[in-house]
Amino acid sequence: MSGTFLGMPAFPANAARAVQDSQLRHNLRKATHTIRAKRLSTIAEVPDWRELREAAKAVKDATLRDLDRHLLCLEEQVTATGGHVHWARDAAEACRIVAGLVRATGETEVVKVKSMATQEIGLNEALAEHGIEAYETDLAELIVQLGDDRPSHILVPAIHRNRAEIREIFLRSMPDAPPGLTDEPAALAEAARLHLRQRFLASKVAISGANFAVAETGTLVVLESEGNGRMCLTLPETLISVVGIEKIVPTWRDLEIFLQVLPRSSTGERMNPYTSTWTGATEGQTFHLVLLDNGRTDVLADEIGRQALRCIRCSACLNVCPVYERAGGHAYGSVYPGPIGAILTPQMRGMGSPLDASLPYASTLCGACYDACPVAIDIPEVLVHLRARAPHPPAERAAMGAAAWTFSRAVRLTRAQRLASRLRRLLPRRLPGPLSAWTDTRDLPEVPAESFRDWWSRTQGGPR
Amino acid sequence: MSARETILRRIRAAVADAPEVAVPRDYRTASGAGGLGGSAVQDLPGLFAERVDDYRATVLRAGPGEVAGVVAERAAARGVERLAVPPGLPEEWLAGLCDVRLLRDDPPLANDELDRAHGVITGCAVAVAETGTIVLDGGPGQGRRALTLLPDYHLCVVPAGHIVRGVPEAVALLDPRRPLTWISGPSATSDIELDRVEGVHGPRVLDVVIVGN
Ligand code: SF4
Repeated sequence: MSGTFLGMPAFPANAARAVQDSQLRHNLRKATHTIRAKRLSTIAEVPDWRELREAAKAVKDATLRDLDRHLLCLEEQVTATGGHVHWARDAAEACRIVAGLVRATGETEVVKVKSMATQEIGLNEALAEHGIEAYETDLAELIVQLGDDRPSHILVPAIHRNRAEIREIFLRSMPDAPPGLTDEPAALAEAARLHLRQRFLASKVAISGANFAVAETGTLVVLESEGNGRMCLTLPETLISVVGIEKIVPTWRDLEIFLQVLPRSSTGERMNPYTSTWTGATEGQTFHLVLLDNGRTDVLADEIGRQALRCIRCSACLNVCPVYERAGGHAYGSVYPGPIGAILTPQMRGMGSPLDASLPYASTLCGACYDACPVAIDIPEVLVHLRARAPHPPAERAAMGAAAWTFSRAVRLTRAQRLASRLRRLLPRRLPGPLSAWTDTRDLPEVPAESFRDWWSRTQGGPR
Repeated sequence: MSARETILRRIRAAVADAPEVAVPRDYRTASGAGGLGGSAVQDLPGLFAERVDDYRATVLRAGPGEVAGVVAERAAARGVERLAVPPGLPEEWLAGLCDVRLLRDDPPLANDELDRAHGVITGCAVAVAETGTIVLDGGPGQGRRALTLLPDYHLCVVPAGHIVRGVPEAVALLDPRRPLTWISGPSATSDIELDRVEGVHGPRVLDVVIVGN
């Protein structure tokens, strides 16, 4: 993947461009609506979904609360079962560790299972600088890599491409694509199978992420669909897994919750086709685990923001988000798009760039993401919290401060509303000065002659 | 300071004020707690068969003495001439096969040999009714992980007594120290327009034979 997110303009500009692209909008709409319906029906058949969600949330909170202890336990277990554990403070350090491990094997090619953590740290590009070629093996990642494109979805990075576009990419960039390739999904999948088969059989080193790491036993868990994960985890002599420190669950038993909520929330299936678990060096393999911080401890330090670390990357919040559906994943300028990206990226990278500072605003606060989230991350709450932390122009800051003062006491609000009603004929249609930017894209609501609160206390809700 | 020390110190500073968390386990657990009455499923093999079928795998039922016949019929139907066999598989399951070359994985077959096999036959450690999942743990009759990965056809024999209600029951029975493979239907992808299509890298055809009631 040579596409980069660096130096992208802020979200509004990206989104404005994306909504002009009717093919993109069509692809996204079709895909997200398919998955929404499937998710709802597989969740509806689970009688204890609410209880599972409560438990999933609590397990993750408990993990974060004692993360140091769990990490040490994980390290001890992985080491005791023959694996090697490495710690990386940031992306550069993680890339350096992985490149060093690959070079030590003498290999110059590696196969990769789709992993958000390795995308986040830009591992493929870093390996290329060391003369190591990384081959993505997940179908969607392959589409992105061959198309010299960027991922736009957590689970299905090529969601912005339809079957006809995928066929074109394969014919153009896959030397061994069958000449009569059609755009039937089964034919496209077959082409990928043939393309990667020999590579799987020949590769000596694989790089993966993990969905979960069990502290108590040192077990790693990867959920997937295609079998490329199994190929990478099983066949090569050396396996290197790059895992964010928040991927831990304390006990083996905790998987009974996550193996239920994750597949149903992500692809809307009762279970994904393949889940692999392994503990330490398995079946004669050499195993390295790289534990990655890269901004996660900054997120952890924020009392409200830290709930973002519960995320199990199911992508349900993307699939239900009206903003994501229209703007697409690229507009978020990060490997984590959609609602979760809007709260995770600015916390992990900070809000120094215009793009990152604009992300907490890439939402209508409709709350669909919170309802869909299997670990109950209150994304709207975190968005509002981050908006307050984002750099603001002085006029806006003053207005927000006044609003906070007014809304925090009922009596002040009542007084302010009565004053506004009395003066309503005098109010302008546009806000003055720097605040006019707000009314450029919105109609200023009319102030009613009587506030809701006054109407309610006068009528008690009117005739019923 | 080492990266390890730095990260651990950052974590301790970050969560110093975080409250203790108790985990409520009010969902349906393996011990039958959870109080939702969901464990009332009587016909586990029936539910398992229905859920496996939903993944577009083929499900067959066999009486205890009929396994060899069903296995032979399946192998013929799928055109299998070279069948990989893990150590420890009950010999009587293979008794009906003729004109099929058995590739015994003992000593282990080379990967390209395995790649040329048409299919593989295994048992399983546990099966999950609600999700239509088979779990292999590398024990007798299941083999190492590559065995059920490289051949394009997987024939899995599931004794009815191995079928449990849900995921919690399976997790409780399984040993995390063994490498586990949870299989729910044939290899598939949802990467093209988020629609499940069968068949990428793993076995593209899965037949499941449930033995007994
Ligand atoms: S925030 Fe919640 S819904 Fe979104 S990807 Fe993470 S776990 Fe899934």
